Amino acid sequence: MSVLVNKDSKIIVQGFTGKEGSFHAEQMIEYKTNVVGGVTPGKGGTTHLGLPVFNTVLDAVKGAEADTSIIFVPPAYAADAIMEAADAGIKVIIAITEGIPVQDMVKAKAYVSDKKDCRLIGPNCPGVITPDEAKVGIMPGFVFKKGKIGIVSKSGTLTYEAADQVVKAGLGISTAIGIGGDPIIGTTTKEAVELLMNDPETEAIVMIGEIGGNLEANAAHWIKKTGNKKPVVGFIAGQTAPKGKRMGHAGAIIGGADDTAEAKMRIMRECGIHVVESPANIGQTIKEVLETAKA
Amino acid sequence: MNIHEYQGKELLKKYGVAIQEGIVVDSADKAADAAKELRTQTGTDWIVVKAQIHAGGRGKGTVVGTDYNGVMLGKSPEDAAQKAEQLLGNVLVTHQTGEEGKKVNKVLLAQDVYYKGESEIKEFYVAVLLDRDKNCNVIMASREGGMDIEEVAESNPDAIIKEWIDPKLGLQSFQAQKVAFALGLKGKALKEMTKFIKSLYASYIGIDASQVEINPAFKTSDDRVLAVDAKVNLDDNAFYRHKDLAELRDESEESPLEVEASKFGLNYVKLDGNVGCMVNGAGLAMATMDMIKLAGGEPANFLDVGGGASAETVEKGFRIILKDPNVKAILINIFGGIVRCDRVANGVVEAYKNIGQINVPIIVRLQGTNAEEGAKIIKESGLNVISAIVLKEAADRVKEVLAS
Repeated sequence: MSVLVNKDSKIIVQGFTGKEGSFHAEQMIEYKTNVVGGVTPGKGGTTHLGLPVFNTVLDAVKGAEADTSIIFVPPAYAADAIMEAADAGIKVIIAITEGIPVQDMVKAKAYVSDKKDCRLIGPNCPGVITPDEAKVGIMPGFVFKKGKIGIVSKSGTLTYEAADQVVKAGLGISTAIGIGGDPIIGTTTKEAVELLMNDPETEAIVMIGEIGGNLEANAAHWIKKTGNKKPVVGFIAGQTAPKGKRMGHAGAIIGGADDTAEAKMRIMRECGIHVVESPANIGQTIKEVLETAKA
Repeated sequence: MNIHEYQGKELLKKYGVAIQEGIVVDSADKAADAAKELRTQTGTDWIVVKAQIHAGGRGKGTVVGTDYNGVMLGKSPEDAAQKAEQLLGNVLVTHQTGEEGKKVNKVLLAQDVYYKGESEIKEFYVAVLLDRDKNCNVIMASREGGMDIEEVAESNPDAIIKEWIDPKLGLQSFQAQKVAFALGLKGKALKEMTKFIKSLYASYIGIDASQVEINPAFKTSDDRVLAVDAKVNLDDNAFYRHKDLAELRDESEESPLEVEASKFGLNYVKLDGNVGCMVNGAGLAMATMDMIKLAGGEPANFLDVGGGASAETVEKGFRIILKDPNVKAILINIFGGIVRCDRVANGVVEAYKNIGQINVPIIVRLQGTNAEEGAKIIKESGLNVISAIVLKEAADRVKEVLAS
């Protein structure tokens, strides 16, 4: 068991023959991820990295039984690529692309939400990794050693940092889900946490958020409401960020009193989450929390 | 991206939003003629003189060292010109600008719409924005126009009307009408407000705005509805399909270092602290700032150099950070994933040498692929650079540097 992606996932790469798509597809294949092909309109029938290229996602579903897609399509066409994947029956769509116009995502999100059994992760995310099974993203695979800690995060390198600390604390990762830093994303913090709460292979969860929006507060309330079934260690980036300034990620902007790091950390604490103030303490804290839980 | 009131109004007008008409000027010499022209065009007796800066609270804000406000009433073209002169080239301080205020480079001369007539005048609040929780756009309105919407949300949340828009259908007429009724309007004013809301939504979608806020949306004494102010924020990510909108950027409204960094393609935000930082990834960059604070310092900036972190980007980052005189130390925090730490280390050394003398201590924390090799390169470089691998270690080094 694991969540979202595993060794049996049949993965295609949208934007397969582009620079980014090619580079990361190669890295994914090197990790022994089950990549079954890719999509580049107009290049159908050719091969790339030894795998078939299809004109449309539907062709890839029919021709290679694809059920998972990773998107590297440029921002102007990425929302369209997401909708095409959903329409073709892809079950898990992972959109890496950064810089998609918000109104495009409003449409794409509504479109995906109407499909049964279809989940979008991202956009503007590092992807999803289930160590030793599938790396469907741009993360450095070697950092993520197999284990029982699930990670949910809005950010890329901060996810790698957390995974590295977890591993150095003598633990490992079940699945790490990068949900993305945009204002409109396919899978929320709460939904990703819920997947890990229901995963028998996950014993504890690291939940990493940042300023802007209510995703972490919503997740925290859900965790408390469902009885804090597994220990959760939380961190919110942006305690020192000024109000009204966008901090890199399109969604990382403090709008009011409720979406500051301070407010989110307070809510998370009230909901029984082990909040760390310093990002340097994630690994140590998850270790201590697990030891206490087992004692 | 933020734009000025006059720019926002011009955009809205193209989509049929009725606005308080005006003429923008950048010198007092032009103000008197512009005021006369406005009087001819609109028949207005009085003229509202409005400072154009990227900050709210202009009406109550004052020009440094005077009693002049950011919004004033001119009772003749000459009076308007005289008041424009008091604003132009001077610094206006409002509750949103901070103590340092903002220099006024342009002034909007606008028609007076508060004239007496048959019905009572009224100020409303009308905005279109994104509801991140519901993943759709929302019309927000309130009868308490002229007030800060955050204050209304705090003191009287029931007074805020919300109408969510179906992403696939867009705004429907009945929804706009519903909002107009909820604002307590009837007759001609109701129709005008309905049309106003529909045009406003069309503009929001048409220009890929992330927010259009009209405060006040004004009902005149002859039951017309006009945008008296306009706060428009644009989605930078959509500029590829709106080349004309990208040109509305006013660099004089931004911090000079931020303008320079954006020319280098760096994601930089200037802050007031004493420890500069350079990080790959936005989340880790924010986390690094937080760590600096916990170590007893204050972050001087946010700087995300992106995934690559090459010698070139590192050098550009150095140059931007070093221009900030408050910086007493620099922390470079790179988690090398796809990019190898030894390459980043070589980049740091190269950048350091290219710049020459750097008078503040530098702490370089490299973690990830080839972290040990990276640390070795830093140590053996002979430069005034402190190396760290684990994040905790980097925090401790920052603490030591600040204490010494």
